Amino acid sequence: MEGVIALYIVLLAAFTGYEVIARVPVILHTPLMSGSNFVHGIVLVGAMVALGRADTLLEQVIGFAGVVLGAGNAVGGYVVTERMLEMFKSSGERKKKEAA
Amino acid sequence: MGGLLPENIATLLIDASYLLVAFLFIMGLKAMSSPVTARRGIVVAGLGMLIGTLMSFLYPGMGNFPLMLVAIAIGGGLAWWSGKRVAMTDMPQMIALYNGMGGGAAAAIAAVELFRMTATQPDVAAVHGPVVMALAAAGAFIGAVSFSGSLIAFGKLQGLIKRSFRFKGQQVVNLLIVAATLAIGAWIVASGHPTVESVILFFGLALLLGVTMTLPIGGADMPVVISLYNAFTGLAVAFEGLVLENAAMIVAGIVVGSAGTLLTQLMAKAMNRSIGNVLFSAFGEGEVAAGGTVSGALKPIEPSDAGIMMAFAQKVIVIPGYGMAVAQAQHKVWELCQLLIDKGVMVRFAIHPVAGRMPGHMNVLLAEAGVPYDLISDLDEINAEFETADVALVIGANDVVNPVARTDKGSPIYGMPILNADKAKNVLVIKRGQGAGFSGIENHLFYLDNTRMVYGDAQKVAASLIHAIKAAG
Repeated sequence: MEGVIALYIVLLAAFTGYEVIARVPVILHTPLMSGSNFVHGIVLVGAMVALGRADTLLEQVIGFAGVVLGAGNAVGGYVVTERMLEMFKSSGERKKKEAA
Repeated sequence: MGGLLPENIATLLIDASYLLVAFLFIMGLKAMSSPVTARRGIVVAGLGMLIGTLMSFLYPGMGNFPLMLVAIAIGGGLAWWSGKRVAMTDMPQMIALYNGMGGGAAAAIAAVELFRMTATQPDVAAVHGPVVMALAAAGAFIGAVSFSGSLIAFGKLQGLIKRSFRFKGQQVVNLLIVAATLAIGAWIVASGHPTVESVILFFGLALLLGVTMTLPIGGADMPVVISLYNAFTGLAVAFEGLVLENAAMIVAGIVVGSAGTLLTQLMAKAMNRSIGNVLFSAFGEGEVAAGGTVSGALKPIEPSDAGIMMAFAQKVIVIPGYGMAVAQAQHKVWELCQLLIDKGVMVRFAIHPVAGRMPGHMNVLLAEAGVPYDLISDLDEINAEFETADVALVIGANDVVNPVARTDKGSPIYGMPILNADKAKNVLVIKRGQGAGFSGIENHLFYLDNTRMVYGDAQKVAASLIHAIKAAG
């Protein structure tokens, strides 16, 4: 990848991250931190590549550990975030659910 | 070694899918910043993760597939199992744990790259220029600190590590470790062909730094630290993404890095602390402060009388604290509030930013009990309403309603935003015993003329209040 293009990606992504979070209400701080924690679980794909290209035993061992940890980040982050957000309901939604 | 598909097709598919992944992640995070769409947000982001992971099997030149599947099954399986079982009160430390795993994975990617450079005759394809090596080393450093630091944070919140280790000159020692790690890292990059020992030492020092940085930090400040390490892991992932030329990792990592930094600042602000303060001063735990003199006496009241007081009120504002969560009383409290609502009483919940273990944590706990989020207000929204409230019901909260934060310049919590429960016509405080709050400061609210104390376990008291209100008809 061209170095300069990579820098553009970094720049734009940094602004995007800032803007996406800027107006979040305090009530969602914990789930949102958990959600962003899930998003960096994408490190899993990098760990897969590292393990996939590992030749020596040492590389395989480290790569294996990397994939275990990355998968843990992705799956764990998803499960706990989903569990938390699933519970956020307004009065209207609750009434509908009780009526159903 | 070949891949699963011809190289040009595989590359095209992977590039296209990573673009989609980046899009889905950003859309998901955006949706997660509003309670109405939040649930959809995590599902959208999850879809992105699934696509990205599946397509990555197509990478050209990959092998070790059985190992990869076993590793995913182990890591994913354990995380699934633990994530489904964890209690909502323990959520902060689980986030720390999963975050640490991400940091560790980023460090592992860097380790593979750096160890490859130590080979006597490195593969031509594996040789990196100094810029790429520097990126790999930077990601390794941040990722390793986030890994060990998050594990310590987990251990502390989980109660596995009970005390804070502090000694004189701790900051100097930490600074020396930083300097040594950076020096070795610089040497590794400059040499272009590092020794195995230097790489091991580099990782060892970075891991040590995460431990020594986190150990002295008190439990109350831990959420800010966890949030900071979350941003760290994002950055580490982005650095390793640059090394691997993986666009999905770069975008996701940088987005989390910047969002996480902002979130850390918001959390620190909500707790009336600065990030520097959290990292470099050791408050946050049990420092006994001068109480100041309190006039008046604590006036106890029976739950039956308190119940009647609420049953005939027009407006009740409930202020839950972590003590309520510890007593697992949120379900009973909501049952009590539903009873009041049915009687025509207006009920609101007032949440202080640090009411739970981290900002927003109390909202999660109330949501678990079934409280709709539109009955829950944060500090700025509700503070003007206390003057019109007949009863402020304080359950297991202490420092966040202490008026000395407004009035006493000498108090350690002076300047911290508080909920103005003292402005309500009547204040009921449900409390286990007569001890001071977690900061050790006497709470002047408890001694006010319009305050009555209801002593006992929050869950049992809530049950007696329900009984009293039902009896009142």
